[in-house]
Amino acid sequence: MGGRVAPVYFSLMVALAALAFMAARARAQQVSRGEALHSRPIYHGLFAACFVLLPMLAIYAIAVPLASGAIERQSLMAADPALLDDALRRGAAFREIQDLAAGRFSGRPSPAIEAGAAVFAYLSGLARWGVGALGLSVGLVGLLYALRAVTPLFRARNRFEAIVRLALLVCAGIAVLTTIGIVFSVLFETIRFFQKVSPTEFLFGTQWSPQTAIRADQGGSSGAFGILPLVAGTALISTIAIFIAGPIGLFAAIYMAEYASPRFRAWAKPVLEILAGIPTVVLGFFAALTVAPLVREFGAMLGLNVASESALAAGIVMGMMIIPFVSSLSDDVITAVPQSLRDGSLAMGATHSETIQRVVLPAALPGIVSAFMLAISRAVGETMIVVMAAGLAANLSFNPLDAVTTFTVQIKTILVGDQEFDSAKTLAAFALGFVLFFFTLTLNVIALAIVRKYREQYD
Amino acid sequence: MSFASETAKALNAGDAQGAPKAASAKVAARGVNVHYGEKHALKDVFVDIPEKAVTAFIGPSGCGKSTFLRCINRMNDTISTCRVTGEITIDGKDIYDRMLDPVLLRARVGMVFQKPNPFPKSIYENVAYGPRLHGLARSKAELDEIVVRSLRRASLFEEVKDRLDDPGTGLSGGQQQRLCIARAIAVSPEVILMDEPCSALDPIATAKIEELIDELRENFTIVIVTHSMQQAARVSQRTAFFHLGSLVEEGATDQIFTNPKDRRTQDYITGRFG
Repeated sequence: MGGRVAPVYFSLMVALAALAFMAARARAQQVSRGEALHSRPIYHGLFAACFVLLPMLAIYAIAVPLASGAIERQSLMAADPALLDDALRRGAAFREIQDLAAGRFSGRPSPAIEAGAAVFAYLSGLARWGVGALGLSVGLVGLLYALRAVTPLFRARNRFEAIVRLALLVCAGIAVLTTIGIVFSVLFETIRFFQKVSPTEFLFGTQWSPQTAIRADQGGSSGAFGILPLVAGTALISTIAIFIAGPIGLFAAIYMAEYASPRFRAWAKPVLEILAGIPTVVLGFFAALTVAPLVREFGAMLGLNVASESALAAGIVMGMMIIPFVSSLSDDVITAVPQSLRDGSLAMGATHSETIQRVVLPAALPGIVSAFMLAISRAVGETMIVVMAAGLAANLSFNPLDAVTTFTVQIKTILVGDQEFDSAKTLAAFALGFVLFFFTLTLNVIALAIVRKYREQYD
Repeated sequence: MSFASETAKALNAGDAQGAPKAASAKVAARGVNVHYGEKHALKDVFVDIPEKAVTAFIGPSGCGKSTFLRCINRMNDTISTCRVTGEITIDGKDIYDRMLDPVLLRARVGMVFQKPNPFPKSIYENVAYGPRLHGLARSKAELDEIVVRSLRRASLFEEVKDRLDDPGTGLSGGQQQRLCIARAIAVSPEVILMDEPCSALDPIATAKIEELIDELRENFTIVIVTHSMQQAARVSQRTAFFHLGSLVEEGATDQIFTNPKDRRTQDYITGRFG
């Protein structure tokens, strides 16, 4: 029912808030002619608008879910009281009731459904008006209260500021709670997985083939859940990537921050940032169609046997992907090194490059390290490039010319298509996700700690 | 020839009240002009800076005194829009000669900045920076000796001798500035330029630095830019007054402060502007 009542309710709410704003401001202006106000009229207006907006939002947020629950129960009761205890049929029946009430029902409805639909339509209408009337009256009460509050001594400015602070807190809370929520949702599935597969086998096993028997009599696929091949594959590709992106990104940053003319900087920086904006799926087919064949041909020239999907190809392209991270973050920290340190070094008779080596880079080192950490955690979490260029074979290998697979690729492979959510195979994806999350989290925490330490050094 | 240069010449000629003379000039400027892009920051400066004495540059903000100071070790070269013309010599040799490497010049002309700027390294490494750079020590023992001697000469050694490996940035402002002085003298420069070295310090730290400057005068030629006329009077033997990019008057410090020849100098030191 929320779908149809919402537009009307919210436009009424906004209109009433606007009215409250103007009325309170006008009143404050009028009062101010007689006596000096504590707060300027606009703050009285803003305070009044908030006093309409917030209660009406609260009413909607509380009343609509309550009403929906009650309506569902009542209409199912009217159809058939037995439905309430039957989880499977209950959902289907309520969908039919809703469809019938909305006139979308195809075919001939049963009498029970018809009865339910009648109750549903009646109660829905009632709830719509009820919520609307309740919200509107609360809004009006708020409006009147706010108008009466317009007095010379009323601290509308401070009150409004408190409301703004509250709003900011709510936003911050949502961001934090989302993170916690994600962690827990992954954590619970992971715990379920570990009830089926022992953690030691998972963490230290050297075989990865996540096939489980669907039927008890099925043979030969008991499943092996050792993540070491995935750890090796992920580490190998990330290492190749950081060995490519580290030097190139860092040297590019040094050039940009220390030597480049402002004109060159002005166009080169945006170009580098475009590289950061290329969707990884595009980089992925670049890896699969251009880099991987090149690597293979080059290997063949040297007489090496290179798999058509190789860790090297994926690592090279992933390195390209993270170059902008390394260079952009390093550029920032190098630029942040105070000019006075450079002057101090130059005044000692150091050349520009000696100054960079001995003063600028050591001073920027913590920031550069954290740039590398963030780049690595990006590389570890990257999926598309590896899916397309590194293959799916879970080889426990450190040879960059072999096909390997990573955490992200396996998660994607496991979860593509129809899944049953109680098999060890599906749950393994969550356990992999959890390990991956833990790893990148650790990297990020280390990076942040380093950055914090770095900040203490100046100022 | 501009008014300012004639004044400077006249002053040098008629400066005979027993004050230290500019005769043994360590640094000499002849017709120095500095442009920052379109802006004419320094106009036709003629001045002689005597050896093993303290010369103070005073004047209101933006008068060109720091600009001129930075000409003496060619730090202005690091600013791309800056153009210097005229001639500055040290021991009679033109420092803007094409054949001269500014990097080597800066080893001979040290500089201390307005805000203490120790490197984010240990106290020891801060002082050892220059000697390492220029290969002044052949062994660790020799380097240790240079570091200790420089810290002593900057009268900082007693305060930091037990924590030479602590970061230089952890010292107090006054200690940091003395560390920067130790860093500068570690390469045994001939001239030390100080750009308002006490402007970021409290009075007690300032007094220490001033005392130190007086001691360093025995071995180094010191040029100090200062906003404080009292400081110029306390530490310097000669004073030059800059105004609007010109050198207005230069002479023995006593004479400048008791008997200025130029109206503008008198107005400035009596606090009528600036």
